[in-house]
Amino acid sequence: MEKMTLQDSNQPNNSPLLNSEADSQRTLYPYVTGTSVIALKYKDGILMAADMGGSYGSTLRYKCVERIKPIGKHSLLGASGELSDFQELLRYLDELILYDNMWDDGNSLGPKEVHNYLTRVMYNRRNKFNPLWNSLVLGGVKNGHKYLGMVSMIGVNFEDNHVATGFGNHLARPILRDEWHENLSFEDGVKLLEKCMRVLLYRDRSAVNKLQIAKITEEGFTISQPYSLKTFWGFSAFQNPTVGAEGSW
Amino acid sequence: MSKSVVDVPPKDGFSFDLCRRNAMLSDKGVKPPSYRKTGTTIVGLIFQDGVILGADTRATEGPIVCDKNCEKIHYMAPNIYCCGAGTAADTEAVTDMVSSQLQLHRYHTGRESRVVTALTLLKKHLFNYQGYVSAALVLGGVDITGPHLHTIYPHGSTDTLPFATMGSGSLAAMAIFESKYREGLTRNEGIQLVAEAICSGIFNDLGSGSNVDICVITKGHKEYLRNHLLPNPRTYVNAKGYSFSKKTEVLLTKITPLKEKVEVIEGGDAMEE
Amino acid sequence: MTKQQANWSPYDNNGGSCVAIAGADYCVIAADTRMSTGYSILTREYSKICKLADKSVMASSGFQADVKALQKLLAARHLIYQHQHNKQMSCPAMAQLLSNTLYYKRFFPYYSFNVLGGLDNEGKGCVFTYDAVGSYERVGYSSQGSGSTLIMPFLDNQLKSPSPLLLPAQDAVTPLSEAEAVDLVKTVFASATERDIYTGDKLEIVILNADGIRREYMELRKD
Repeated sequence: MEKMTLQDSNQPNNSPLLNSEADSQRTLYPYVTGTSVIALKYKDGILMAADMGGSYGSTLRYKCVERIKPIGKHSLLGASGELSDFQELLRYLDELILYDNMWDDGNSLGPKEVHNYLTRVMYNRRNKFNPLWNSLVLGGVKNGHKYLGMVSMIGVNFEDNHVATGFGNHLARPILRDEWHENLSFEDGVKLLEKCMRVLLYRDRSAVNKLQIAKITEEGFTISQPYSLKTFWGFSAFQNPTVGAEGSW
Repeated sequence: MSKSVVDVPPKDGFSFDLCRRNAMLSDKGVKPPSYRKTGTTIVGLIFQDGVILGADTRATEGPIVCDKNCEKIHYMAPNIYCCGAGTAADTEAVTDMVSSQLQLHRYHTGRESRVVTALTLLKKHLFNYQGYVSAALVLGGVDITGPHLHTIYPHGSTDTLPFATMGSGSLAAMAIFESKYREGLTRNEGIQLVAEAICSGIFNDLGSGSNVDICVITKGHKEYLRNHLLPNPRTYVNAKGYSFSKKTEVLLTKITPLKEKVEVIEGGDAMEE
Repeated sequence: MTKQQANWSPYDNNGGSCVAIAGADYCVIAADTRMSTGYSILTREYSKICKLADKSVMASSGFQADVKALQKLLAARHLIYQHQHNKQMSCPAMAQLLSNTLYYKRFFPYYSFNVLGGLDNEGKGCVFTYDAVGSYERVGYSSQGSGSTLIMPFLDNQLKSPSPLLLPAQDAVTPLSEAEAVDLVKTVFASATERDIYTGDKLEIVILNADGIRREYMELRKD
């Protein structure tokens, strides 16, 4: 007969760090992931852009994933990383907004509050060695204040005039740092985001040419229909690269 | 034991004498020393009459900047230059070796070196060493067949491109090229775009910094613009300066030659039995 | 599917340097405002300096999420203290609280490198320096963070404080005037920025003295 061990179901395994994957309840690595999100402040509010790809490893598994969602009345949330974790997070936020709404006191959670909540959720999960595998961007406007912040998988968080997750931090931020200014009009803001998204499309293998741009102002949010960017592949040097230099295969 | 075994000079290539010892040491957890790396932004592009290469000037060792104004655009031939990223010693050694081979080849043939020749020599060497010679290069030049620009990865693979970036700042620089490069740039536009790409690396990548070096190569002519831009002056200097008091005491100023105190045996086989 | 990243780390190093100098009737606390990860800059404007009480200010570098959690915890503890004692915590008391808070996490530490500066009950400048798990010491000046190995020897040379073994005990405060101390801090950061890749962008200086609290900023290299 097998002896019963004292371990009950609540008790964690001896070494929570060294488990095999089979009996693990944690995200050890992401399954379906979204790539960069970029966002910036402009004259009247916040603009945010993300493509619609969902990668399964290096396979482009899903092509119509919405990675920008409205949170309450004043905020937009964009996510890169594990999409199921993002959707779980959306459920947390739905509950948060609902319970806040049930006070019926005329108050509502603004972007700063939601961002703070997200930083605490992400940091708590990393403390439990069970992170939500996402980088999050939160932007919004409340009482005339524009707010734009970011949270990483392990809880690192900050505010800035423009932010980008994942590859965007390497490819889009340099452009944003050069060209961003306080008084960007809506049109110029969209142009700037499209410029960044195009560079990401050229250089990030998991990016797809189908994106959404979202806007949030004091009046509320709008999320655009999916659309594609114009690309250019016609450099003559691409046609026959080794012409005049045989052997440079 | 025969003495001659020890005296034979190494024939060629690297010495691998200590490989087994090093493998044993690393098995036991000994960390090898770090090398000077040029965590770098290097770029190149083709413009209407030739090639422009660019580089930043920061060399790092871990988190510390060990050279604030180093040169990363190396000479290969009068009409060919090469930017290097990776381990500084590797990029310098590999470009020096190939440039001397090119020189010999020119003496032999009496003709101007071609960029493909340099490319082939470099990739052969790098492929031979399976990526252990960690040099990532941007090779550019103008020869009889026109302007050429190539990138060479540490494992020996190469690319032929109208614009190229390498090093830790390659993404920051590529962001600029991908959004602003077009064919048929003029010389000034080309220099400006290269400088902008390097600056993007300097300001967005921590491995890159300090100044902008540029090299413009056209048919039969080249111009090396060392420190073309100096975008990072020192931010604060104390007007009064600082005094560092001499704390170390000098105990003796008289020098006693050793010879007076020690008996020196001249010649003879003192060391052998 | 092949594993993309089988591993993650609960820690990150977000870089930055902190310095604090105590004088006879003032205390200067300074830190740069760059926040980075790996070779990339996350933001150029992140304040590492946190006012914990009227007369104690903490500068911290290391892992930002831990630093933020630590700051929030200390703020909450200080609020409780205020409710219980109807006064602000003194700087030496805050120093002990910080030490206890860090040691409480001995086996899953806050990856945070702190200097705490302020004025003690006599109005003298005081600086406390810490490691990540709560070992601390009152000193005349200190530096923590990625540039500390470059800054500390220079401070030692310029401000060598008397040996703590001397009897009777000597004051650890530095002999500099407030203006000289601020100037020294600026020099030290300009120099650290030249050679430490994680330090830069902007310098934030907080000066505490009998008149209250004052802030100064200076631009640093952005490369």
